[in-house]
Amino acid sequence: MAPPDPTPTAAPEATPLLRAEAVTRRLPGPVPVTLVEGVNLTVGRGEFLAVTGPSGSGKSSLLYLLGLLDRPSAGELYFLGRPTSRISEHERARLRLDHIGFVFQFHYLLPELSAEQNVALPMRKAGRLPIRQVRDRARELLARLGLEDCLAKTPDLLSGGQRQRVAVARALANEPDLILADEPTGNLDQKSGSQVFDIFEQLAADGGHSVVTVTHDQALAARAGRRITVVDGRIVSA
Amino acid sequence: MSLTVDIALSHIARRRRQAAVSLVGVALGVGFFVAIAALMQGFQQYFVAKVIDVSPHVAMKDEYRTPPRQPVALRYPEAAIALGGVKPKDEPRGIKNGFARLAEIERLPGVAAAPVLTGELILRYGSKDVSAALLGIQPPRERRVSNLEGDLTAGSLDALYGSANALILGQGLADKLGVGLGDSVTALSPAGVVMKMKIVGLFETGITTMDLRQAYSLLKKAQVLQNRPNVVNEIRLRLDDVARAEAVARRLEARYGYRTESWEESNRNVLGIFVIQNAIMYSTTSAILIVAAFGIFNIVSTVVLEKTRDIAILKSIGLESHDVETIFLLQGLIVGLVGSLLGWAIGYGLIELLASVRFNIEGFMRSEGFKLERGFANYLIAAAVAILASGLAALLPARKAARVDPVEIIRGAT
Repeated sequence: MAPPDPTPTAAPEATPLLRAEAVTRRLPGPVPVTLVEGVNLTVGRGEFLAVTGPSGSGKSSLLYLLGLLDRPSAGELYFLGRPTSRISEHERARLRLDHIGFVFQFHYLLPELSAEQNVALPMRKAGRLPIRQVRDRARELLARLGLEDCLAKTPDLLSGGQRQRVAVARALANEPDLILADEPTGNLDQKSGSQVFDIFEQLAADGGHSVVTVTHDQALAARAGRRITVVDGRIVSA
Repeated sequence: MSLTVDIALSHIARRRRQAAVSLVGVALGVGFFVAIAALMQGFQQYFVAKVIDVSPHVAMKDEYRTPPRQPVALRYPEAAIALGGVKPKDEPRGIKNGFARLAEIERLPGVAAAPVLTGELILRYGSKDVSAALLGIQPPRERRVSNLEGDLTAGSLDALYGSANALILGQGLADKLGVGLGDSVTALSPAGVVMKMKIVGLFETGITTMDLRQAYSLLKKAQVLQNRPNVVNEIRLRLDDVARAEAVARRLEARYGYRTESWEESNRNVLGIFVIQNAIMYSTTSAILIVAAFGIFNIVSTVVLEKTRDIAILKSIGLESHDVETIFLLQGLIVGLVGSLLGWAIGYGLIELLASVRFNIEGFMRSEGFKLERGFANYLIAAAVAILASGLAALLPARKAARVDPVEIIRGAT
């Protein structure tokens, strides 16, 4: 097994949003499979980071670890300065709800709900806003992403690009500190993919959100402020 | 509306047809339970009310629950004794010191008592001979222990004093003989006494066996007919609190030794049938609800299988396992709740339908229609059972949904 990457990738600012220290993820079994190995990574506030690498290199697995969906087998992940490997499922769920927004390759919108209702989901779970404000904010987010005509449409009535933008709006619903996107343009044409990256650029530029996106598309990756490459579960270039 | 309820409703709406089938299953289970329970309990309550109304609450008879032990067995309690052809001790029939005991019992608080001499009788009218159970009574006391006066359809209790040999007959018995008020019949007792008796009253309790068999005369006349002067073989009690019947019976039996039965013990065979009836009713309706519950299990399981990606995304958003479990549990509970409300309507309709049916039967009891218990308790019980069954049916798939690992699902899909 290769030793952990000794040098943490450089942080863009003093107070990182996210810090991974020698994070390793292995799937147990008769022949254990290492998905991520000894990763050291820091993500600062307002940073736009692209993760590239060949298929099966562990990019998505790293993203799930950073998004507190998965737990590292070794190492520690600090979110807002707080170690997360030993916190309860309830606390992890709360951190995801309040601070993290996910965008996946497939939009994963709930097919029974309208665009507006899908965007409202995280806000309703958080329960911080009265229902009228939840609805207003969902509409505002969809309008910001050019979907003001699609509020009542269910996902089957939307194009691929529109669905992915609804998914982005849902990820932004609770004003997260971190947006994690896993191949968000994988199912989109070039134009729609570019539009999604425009949104990410804007979110990072506004300073309120950090964006970490996994992508195969080198041209789109080049638009990120920083780029890392993962091979065999390890960061090989930063 | 809460987020979990909203999502649960959207899942049900997506599978409208299957949900409707399960809903109908629950509704039929609840509806039939409500209707059948109303029917059976209505009849049972009517019967019990009648029995309590017509019969004594407690009856002390000139019998012993266990035969007295033989003198030789009392003398040698540890010995192995074989006795053959031993006749019971020749004891005079009737309750010893019957009137003294009656006076003692009457002094008990909340107790009214009346002496009775019962015996068999053949009533002859023209060429017709009909056997009857004769009860010799004292009208002033009888009034306090039974509702005979209230059940009289012709004549009066005091008319027993009006003629020399007066008799009150059950309506069924009178019909069998073909006699009416004012007619005279010939009474033959097992003691060989023959007496001409005048019908001064007719009663109808609604309990066929009583109306077809029983006849009342004054206690003195019954004693003459049975050739048992000054004897009473039964003391009948009516209590202010009928629930105390069994306790009072046990106390009197322990005190006097005579077999003393509460109304519950006297009617144990019928009450036992009611228990079996209820068991059949609960089994049948439970079977319907179980089938409906399987339907719910099937729907929720299918939805969980279909929705694993949705579950994964909900968890990635920040919903917790218990939220996911609640979403799927709610689907079962909603089907159970709506099915129950629908079942209430079906049950109510069936009860009204049964209430409108008119017929004349004379079996165990005389009735002109179904006796129905219309209380709300059966509706509540049926709904509670249906919602519980629906919830249990949804619980297993809901737990499975809660255990979905979002990473596994998302990784598998990419």
